[in-house]
Amino acid sequence: MTMPSTIRKQGWSRKQKRLAVIAGLAVVVALATTLVLVALRDQIVFFYSPSDVVAREVAAGTPIRLGGLVKDGSWVRQGQDNSFTVTDGARDIAARYTGILPDLFREGQGVVAEGSLGPDGTFMATNVLAKHDENYIPKEVVEALKASGEWRPEGGE
Amino acid sequence: MSIELGHFALILAFAIATVSAVGGFAFWRSGQRIALVLSQGAVLQFILIAVAFAALIQAFVTSDFSLLLAANNSHSLKPLIFKISGVWGNHEGSMVLWIFILVAFGAMVATFGRKLPHDLLALVLATQSLLTSAFAGFTIFTSNPFARLIPAPIEGNDLNPVLQDIGLAIHPPLLYAGYVGFSICFSFAIAALVSGRIDQAWARWVRPWTMLSWTFLTLGIAMGSYWAYYELGWGGWWFWDPVENASFMPWLAGTALLHSALVMEKRNALKIWTVFLSIITFSLSLLGTFLVRSGILTSVHTFASDPTRGLVILTLLALVIGGAFALFAFRAASLRQGGLFAPVSREGALILNNLFLATAVGAVLVGTLYPLLLDALAGTTISVGAPFFNLTFGTLMAPLLLVLPFGPLLAWKRADIVSAAQRLIGAAALAIFVTILISALSGIAVSLAPLGLLLGFWVAFGAIAELVDRSKLGRIPLAESGRRLIGLPRSAWSTAIAHFGIGITVLGIVATSAWETERVTTLNPGESTELSGYTIAFDRFDTVEGPNYLSDEGHFTVTAPDGGTRQMLADRRTYVASGMPTTEAAIETYGFSQLYLQLGEPLDNTHVVRVWHKPYITLIWLGAILMACAGFLSLTDRKLRVGAPRRAAKSAAQAAE
Repeated sequence: MTMPSTIRKQGWSRKQKRLAVIAGLAVVVALATTLVLVALRDQIVFFYSPSDVVAREVAAGTPIRLGGLVKDGSWVRQGQDNSFTVTDGARDIAARYTGILPDLFREGQGVVAEGSLGPDGTFMATNVLAKHDENYIPKEVVEALKASGEWRPEGGE
Repeated sequence: MSIELGHFALILAFAIATVSAVGGFAFWRSGQRIALVLSQGAVLQFILIAVAFAALIQAFVTSDFSLLLAANNSHSLKPLIFKISGVWGNHEGSMVLWIFILVAFGAMVATFGRKLPHDLLALVLATQSLLTSAFAGFTIFTSNPFARLIPAPIEGNDLNPVLQDIGLAIHPPLLYAGYVGFSICFSFAIAALVSGRIDQAWARWVRPWTMLSWTFLTLGIAMGSYWAYYELGWGGWWFWDPVENASFMPWLAGTALLHSALVMEKRNALKIWTVFLSIITFSLSLLGTFLVRSGILTSVHTFASDPTRGLVILTLLALVIGGAFALFAFRAASLRQGGLFAPVSREGALILNNLFLATAVGAVLVGTLYPLLLDALAGTTISVGAPFFNLTFGTLMAPLLLVLPFGPLLAWKRADIVSAAQRLIGAAALAIFVTILISALSGIAVSLAPLGLLLGFWVAFGAIAELVDRSKLGRIPLAESGRRLIGLPRSAWSTAIAHFGIGITVLGIVATSAWETERVTTLNPGESTELSGYTIAFDRFDTVEGPNYLSDEGHFTVTAPDGGTRQMLADRRTYVASGMPTTEAAIETYGFSQLYLQLGEPLDNTHVVRVWHKPYITLIWLGAILMACAGFLSLTDRKLRVGAPRRAAKSAAQAAE
């Protein structure tokens, strides 16, 4: 922010001023672009259906979002420990979650779980999302079910 | 009968708005007469939409289920306040609320703007009418709120239980008042571009409208955040959800606009940029209201997504936003620039502020829209969550907060940075001291928390330093200082309070993120658990009947570290009409901190209980409330009430003739 005193005394010409503003602009925009690009490379999370997880051989520890239906008869609760199976009809992935599941977490309903695969192939969820609507199935889950041919749209949209 | 009356009023308002828009743009040069006609048209639109809105409210209040909207979203057992708020708890009704606020702002301009140059007033009102016409047309043709249902059902389907909360009664109207208020800035920008004339008087007119909208939006976002915090029961106060981002982007742009309009008003500089920002801010508001409903963004907030409606919305958005930018591209060069200044000056500081805020808007926009683009282009589904935004937005805000306290201490045109720094040395020393003290006491080793605390304290103390400096506190007798302090212009006070509020919010965010503690455990009645010095005892478990729900209630007794005890009640409700369950978390406030307790579904008589201790979390919202207070205070400033704009407007009008 400091500048040679000779310039300050004379004041900056219109050209110099514009140049300073443009230089400042360029610096901030460059900083922001770099940040955004770095963050997009490192901080985004991919959405996978159980079939995707198997097909892409997702490595253990990589944060992903796993979406599908909670398989009927798979939900077991012991205190705050929950285990359930996420399915898209073609493939199943066992998942585990500690804590309070959302109100609308039900067997046969759509679910999106955030977390990563453990070394034994079990999905360790850190967060489970289910929308606050009894007919809701997350859009990503609908797409995944359609892709595996398991989509039966009788339960509303 | 009243339903048809409301429907007719809406259609009539649409017709008047369309005629006003066409006539206004065709004859804006014809002086007083057209301005008068458009003013009356604006007031008429307001009255008609008020009638339509009242008709809807009446149908909901009287549980008239022959109205399809009421049958789908209301229930006769619902408490009155939720019957009313249920009107805008759905797509169609919220459109009517949106239009109602739009025409209310239009009528306000028509009423308070009689002193505006006639051509400017005509163009502003014509643009407002164009917006009303577009969105009233959209409502009538694709989302008619007045559709009947015959035969009428005996009982309604009830409103989504999550929305049955006082939050819904307050949050959307505030948020919409903020969004829609920016339409005035937009209309002024369009008027400036069409007429090719823009001066300081223009900025003096635009700034109070920006301030008003910004204040509403600040309150709306803060309210929404608190609502999500206590109602969704996840304990989080901000999720970087697309809808939150959509409301946050116009806030950031509006904040930038507030500051650039200041430069324009005082120094007649940054004209083109201010016009550009006005358009951007309202465009982002439109994006915020409508992108969510087009169904292309999925979010916890989305209601009613219908593909055909989505297409119409996108077309409408493209026309309004695209049209405005096309006009800007053709006409911006005709606006003349003025006002020279050195880089180190108040103007320079405000440009820096705009630069960072605008870039932050860009970063948030990329994060919000990138998943959509990637999905459309590559077919890959990704989610861009909190880590992305914390990294990009956080990094961009840090330098802005660092230089913020300097701004108000710099003189216009050319300033002395050294002297400003000298006046801030006390604030800096105090901020560093307090941060070191807190870090030492709480024992955080290496993390970003002390840095965040330092920034927060620096901004807060820096805001006070400005007041201290201007009142010459400590340099002249105390009584004299007090008199000076009281005599300071309200704008100086509101600047200081708003900046102080930002510091407070930052402190709240940092403290909660750094020191939050959490415990998930299984408790049976009679057992207790402990968290951060608080003992939480589970007393008993009951099932109670509410007005339109059944409730499983958990009663808890909390013993605070100081020995005081308080009762907490967390419940899980099942709504009769929809069968939907909701969780109502129990929240107890201790000073600025809160204890947050959530009850899980019972299994074989055991209960999972999740408890959070959230230190200083209320500072986040208190800071926002301070900012809003500053906004209202600034609106009462003397210069907005008397003289200046009137004279300037008159001379501008004479120059035009």
